[in-house]
Amino acid sequence: MSVEQQQENPETRARQHWMGVLAKSAGSTLQQHWQALSLEPEYQFIRQPETGLTMLRGRVGGSGQPFNMGEMTLTRCAVRLASGTLGVSYVAGRSPQHAITAALADALLQEDDTQALLQHELIEPLQAHLHAEHQQRAAQANSTRVDFFTLVRGED
Amino acid sequence: MYVAVKGGEKAIDNAHALMRTQRRGDTAIAELSVDQIRQQLPLAVDRIMNEGSVYDPELAALALKQASGDAVEAIFLLRAYRTTLPRFGYSEPLDTEQMQIERRISGTFKDLPGGQILGSTYDYTHRLLDFSLLASGEAEVAPAEANALSEALAAGNSCPRVLELLNKEGLIEQSRETGDGDQIPRDLTREPVNYPAERAVRLQNLMRGDEGFLLSLSYASMRGYGDSHPFSGEMRTGRVSVELVPEELGFPIEIGEVLLTESEMVNQFHGSKDLPPQFTRGYGIAFGRAERKAMSVALVERALRAEELGEEVLYPTQDQEFVLSHTDCVSANGFVSHLKLPHYVDFQSELEMIRRLRKEQGQATQSKTTNEEANA
Repeated sequence: MSVEQQQENPETRARQHWMGVLAKSAGSTLQQHWQALSLEPEYQFIRQPETGLTMLRGRVGGSGQPFNMGEMTLTRCAVRLASGTLGVSYVAGRSPQHAITAALADALLQEDDTQALLQHELIEPLQAHLHAEHQQRAAQANSTRVDFFTLVRGED
Repeated sequence: MYVAVKGGEKAIDNAHALMRTQRRGDTAIAELSVDQIRQQLPLAVDRIMNEGSVYDPELAALALKQASGDAVEAIFLLRAYRTTLPRFGYSEPLDTEQMQIERRISGTFKDLPGGQILGSTYDYTHRLLDFSLLASGEAEVAPAEANALSEALAAGNSCPRVLELLNKEGLIEQSRETGDGDQIPRDLTREPVNYPAERAVRLQNLMRGDEGFLLSLSYASMRGYGDSHPFSGEMRTGRVSVELVPEELGFPIEIGEVLLTESEMVNQFHGSKDLPPQFTRGYGIAFGRAERKAMSVALVERALRAEELGEEVLYPTQDQEFVLSHTDCVSANGFVSHLKLPHYVDFQSELEMIRRLRKEQGQATQSKTTNEEANA
């Protein structure tokens, strides 16, 4: 399947969404919600958590040709559940625990019997948390919006 | 020429122990934690990330602590650490138009769509020392409740770029030709810079360049040693999502967010035989909240486009080789600092040469005087 075809696939879209939520959530918040679920799935590492760098790319002028901006730390991990389902994570930063939990959650979210539970008890609360932070920053920024007074000069 | 010098091991060990003692300072005063540095000295941390060329606030804060607050030393530490990590590919190009704006100002349009958002800034402060901070009182913080959100901000809609307003009239150059596909940019951490360097490589170099050097070059070019006195079309700071395509998945996923500052400068351009008069752009971007850096990058970036725009290259700021080969603070610091290494033998030889030359000159003068006396 080509990249475009995969992105069109609703299952892929759902997976992209939860992987994004798991990666963007603070490690401590993720851990807190994960531990509250008391899940202890059997798994083995396909790839132990490994920290490395990715080169961030920007665009000249914001929308022009790509250029290399500088690197960013990230940690990746891959696990296989007893059922054979693979869970993968790529998470900004250097936290092995964050990467392991995100990979496990990714695997369980692909399993029919755990998907609904994790969506409701993990992804939705984390998403709400991210949204609240987003709104908080938006409100702070908005409080500094300038309202100009315009003085009318001349005839018109 | 350097000669191996032995016998300093004990002194070096003790010097390093002394450095650690001095770094700790008075033990009656609580030790500074890396979290405190990260939270309370974020602008210093951002500078380390920019010139260290690694986005990781915790590592940058650690480096700053380890270096006793010496920015260049901390940058060196971060650069050294990055060489120990494997590279997991490249991100998708970040879409800064989708930035969650926390600050956005324009020096060219008052009523820009989306509005002027000041965010947190030192601009407009009176630069009076605040002695309440010395008295370790609790600092005044922003009120929790804020104005009603504008719809755009609340919905997290992207703010259109200010310069696109000019683009609609065709008064400003496009940042890319229509129909141009993405080219893979050269990576100067993998291959050396060749001159003339393409725009992508110049930007990568400037982004990790020394802030002071770039600021001074910008200042010089605005004062007349260059042809760059632009308008600040837009400056924006905010968070941008980072996406990459893992090989094993084959589709893009978000891995986190980065805080960025972007600057777009609008410069006059009188046109050439191929191009009508129009505005041109200088582009700058930096990690974190780093306006001075982003603006300096944009100013120098535009100055370095002189050749491609058919402008005469008259000043150092327009000279790629002069600018790009001297931006790096780790290289610059290394070369200047190497003078501290023993140069005993070099110096001995120069000392002897000077003595010999003086002696020869003395003899010549003496014999000349003797000859003149004899002739008199």
